Amino acid sequence: MDWGALHTILGGVNKHSTSIGKIWLTVLFIFRIMILVVAAERVWGDEQDDFVCNTLQPGCKNVCYDHFFPISHIRLWALQLIFVSTPALLVAMHVAYRRHEKKRQFRKGDQKCEYKDIEEIRRQRFHIEGSLWWTYTSSIFFRLVFEAVFMYAFYFMYDGYQMPRLVKCSASPCPNTVDCFISRPTEKTVFTIFMIAVSSICILLNVAELCYLLTKLFLRRSKKAGNRKHHPNHENKEETKQNEMNELISDSCQNTVIGFSS
Amino acid sequence: MSWGFLRDLLSGVNKYSTGIGRIWVAVVFIFRLLVYVAAAENIWKYEHDEFECNIRQPGCENVCFDHFFPVSHIRLWALQLIMVSTPSLLVVFHVAYRENREKHHNQKLYTNPGKIDGGLLCTYLISLILKTGFEIVFLVLFYKLYNGFQVPHLVKCDIRPCPNTVDCYISKPTEKMIFLYFLVATSCLCIVLNLSELSYLIFKYSIKCYLKRYIKKRQ
Repeated sequence: MDWGALHTILGGVNKHSTSIGKIWLTVLFIFRIMILVVAAERVWGDEQDDFVCNTLQPGCKNVCYDHFFPISHIRLWALQLIFVSTPALLVAMHVAYRRHEKKRQFRKGDQKCEYKDIEEIRRQRFHIEGSLWWTYTSSIFFRLVFEAVFMYAFYFMYDGYQMPRLVKCSASPCPNTVDCFISRPTEKTVFTIFMIAVSSICILLNVAELCYLLTKLFLRRSKKAGNRKHHPNHENKEETKQNEMNELISDSCQNTVIGFSS
Repeated sequence: MSWGFLRDLLSGVNKYSTGIGRIWVAVVFIFRLLVYVAAAENIWKYEHDEFECNIRQPGCENVCFDHFFPVSHIRLWALQLIMVSTPSLLVVFHVAYRENREKHHNQKLYTNPGKIDGGLLCTYLISLILKTGFEIVFLVLFYKLYNGFQVPHLVKCDIRPCPNTVDCYISKPTEKMIFLYFLVATSCLCIVLNLSELSYLIFKYSIKCYLKRYIKKRQ
């Protein structure tokens, strides 16, 4: 079980995403997950071993490290990536539910069902409209929220995105204010800024996708309204016929009534 | 043999689960297994090396570490994941047994061997009860072994051969505590999902049974 399994799960969602969604997924896997696994984990690998304090007091290093790094960057990123990927599962579940309903219809032998066999239902790509539109839009919204929350958490916990070379620590059992030195601060700063930049790009992609979906919805709605305005006869031919028949019936009834009364 | 094996097993179970069961599998995969492998394992990797006591007496650190961590958090977490996933196999075995029976008698005995009814319903309910039971047992074990879900940064130890009460410092206590709370939260979520699935199935099949009996009475 590793990031590859997440890739398999999310790959299925890719089929039903918009183009921007597909770009987002690619950015997520190549510029975030792959960078995390291949590079960032090595940079932070020896973080506590090479965190050195200018004291021989046992326990001082542990306590100071815990004070300055309540949760390591690398773990926060892993959690961020997991939380940001999860809303896509809502879409996957909705699609699976729709497929299940269509399969049920097909098995019942419903004439309305337009599929020739079950394989076609399995392979079919659903368009993002109706309730699926709402699920998809909510998933993008949650993605945005999670990204923003984690970026803020980073900023709040580490007082910005820069890694200092030296921190001063006076937590017990350190006998006085000791200097503690962080390993590879510049490399860590570079990777932190890189991850923040890619997060921002992902946020922009999500916002663009949200705007695209909203625009699509409004265009579709205005097209429908426009069709109804310009072609009332075309749309309501059946209704007009029914109205004519109703008029004929009511006329004949009236005549009958008048005939009776006279 | 690794976590991939468990993942494959659970994917097999997914086929015969209800909707809530599938959500449970997704929660276990992503919020428990993936978090364990990608994040939590590395926090506890060097816990013994980084455990430091304010003493130079050989053996004191070993003895104190063993006293305060009889079973490491991370190992308990792994055991919990395995025990909690295993009852789902009962369902897989039952379906395999049904399919075998059909093959043996060379005729269709069930409308759909994977449909949750009759004996398979009982097996499914038992597996849900076992899953919930294991979750609760492990949460209680965590609570009792470590006096709550806190990880202190300092513990005082006076076991032989430590000459007196020494201060021992645990590495990364805050990070460990955060992930322990995450473990507890996901366990509770899984318990809620299991109980909802249990109630849903009991309710659905009671209504079905009642309706059948009512229709029979009317006839």
